[in-house]
Amino acid sequence: MMRALGRLAIALVLIFLVGPFLVVIGAGLTAGEVPAFPPRGLSLRWVEAVFAVESFRGPFVVSLVLAFGATLAALALGVPVAYALSRYALPGGEALRTLLFSPAIVPAIVVGLALLRHLVVPLGLPVLHALFLAHAALLVPYAVRVVGASLEHLRPDIEEAAVLLGASRARAFFAVVLPNIRGGILAAFILGFISSFNQVPASLFLTGPGVSTLPIQMLAYMEHTYDPSVAALSALVALGSIAVVFVAERALGIFRYV
Amino acid sequence: MSDAVFLRLSGLTLGYGDMIAVEGLDLSVRRGELVALLGPSGCGKTTTMRAIAGLIEARAGRIELDGRDITRVPANRRDVGLVFQSYALFPHLSAFDNVAFGLRLRRVPRVELERRAGAALASVGLDGLAARLPRELSGGQQQRIALARAMVVEPRLLLLDEPLSNLDARLRLEMRGELQRLQRGLGITMLYVTHDQAEALALADRVIVMRAGRIEQVDDAETIYARPRTGFVARFMGFETVFALDAGGLHGETGGVLQAPAGAPAAGALAWRPDGVVLGHGPHRGRIRAASFGGAKVEYLLDTSAGPVKAELPARAPRHGVGVEIPFDLPLATAAVLERL
Repeated sequence: MMRALGRLAIALVLIFLVGPFLVVIGAGLTAGEVPAFPPRGLSLRWVEAVFAVESFRGPFVVSLVLAFGATLAALALGVPVAYALSRYALPGGEALRTLLFSPAIVPAIVVGLALLRHLVVPLGLPVLHALFLAHAALLVPYAVRVVGASLEHLRPDIEEAAVLLGASRARAFFAVVLPNIRGGILAAFILGFISSFNQVPASLFLTGPGVSTLPIQMLAYMEHTYDPSVAALSALVALGSIAVVFVAERALGIFRYV
Repeated sequence: MSDAVFLRLSGLTLGYGDMIAVEGLDLSVRRGELVALLGPSGCGKTTTMRAIAGLIEARAGRIELDGRDITRVPANRRDVGLVFQSYALFPHLSAFDNVAFGLRLRRVPRVELERRAGAALASVGLDGLAARLPRELSGGQQQRIALARAMVVEPRLLLLDEPLSNLDARLRLEMRGELQRLQRGLGITMLYVTHDQAEALALADRVIVMRAGRIEQVDDAETIYARPRTGFVARFMGFETVFALDAGGLHGETGGVLQAPAGAPAAGALAWRPDGVVLGHGPHRGRIRAASFGGAKVEYLLDTSAGPVKAELPARAPRHGVGVEIPFDLPLATAAVLERL
């Protein structure tokens, strides 16, 4: 009885998690004129249509560049922070930790609005810079967290061992620490990349004339054109994300580190 | 072995935050000597060792190595090796690359590097496992790799932090012999930190007993074992019955007095090992609180007017029951005469 209930619970959770994804894929593969699930006949015409939509191309490139740049920036900031937090009893370390997680707690839409109101408008920041700042800021907590988790697994005394064998502190970090948290850094990169690529709430305030990200452009597109190509594009983006995670997992088993 | 002092600590004071771990420590180690730093956990022995390695800064005092003041020299330029209790092997490098790490930092040419790292692996009997990662090695093998890694760069001084404490008893004995062989063979000066009294006595030329950040006694192993100078060292060396001594007699924790043996000094303290206490006859009387069988012998814990006394008898001797009052003697001949408690 308990076992049957347990299975039912697992099934419900799976449906809840995978269901929307299946709906989107189904709607994208419809042969009809409007998104529908179950699809009315199967066809790839809306998938082909995605590639014909001119207005998706620019935002796609923006989103790619943005996700790449913002994730790298977040890691460049996050790795040293995670290292410092894990290795030193910093004065106010706890407060710093809390502060670092605040972008993850404050709704992204608020971050976007705050940036717009207090940085973009007063400074006349270009759209792309503002997007970059917002995305990077939102990703730092993830970078700190994921890299921090793999640092926790690493004994601090291996650095001391390297130093006593003649390495400088910096050399010890690059020769002994970095190779051992590579998996964590890659996991943080993939999580960051995907979450930036799919970022909506903060981008909503920060995209501007001529520069948009893919998810924002998809929203805009849907406002005036209600056809299944957005569903097809969503499915493509989701499949792309899954492919990246799958390859990384296969190659490195990285999610052991998270 | 030369008699010149090779490592000298003078007035060394160390601490963490508000806590002082070691205060005004003086000690010296001669070239080629194996000295054990012995004490219970928290006595400051590991802190002292880390300061010698340069991993923590001295609050006050000097560290001299081979006639040079190294107190402010950074850890990576001290040329002091350390074998960690946890081994601290680099998890992403093979046994060979772990050992070769220090040689690579020194830009040793490839041919020489392979020869020296290979020889170091062979000297600890692991040349067959050069390609293994640390996680593919047993604890004893990891320990040997750590030793080879520290020794291959030929440090002037090798520090060992409880290097055998994570090994099982049989392996510990084996490695103890191996360490001694390597040390004698290469003439490396070693400072060996341990809380294991038997290990310190078996390995070291000299033993330094530490307590609460200060040195309690420095002597060769046999002297420390036979003639401890303080109650603390005596207890560490198995003299489990320790009484303070004055003109009135022996005083223990209960406040009562036992008559001191004839010829005892008028001050200081006396200590006995369980096998130095005579049970069954003598001038004192005590009640047996506990008796425990320990293989070849039976240990008795006696309540006496001055405090507890630990005694033992061979297992084949007649047993005494718990609660029985029996006579006993604390002869001067088997006592360690201490300067203080």
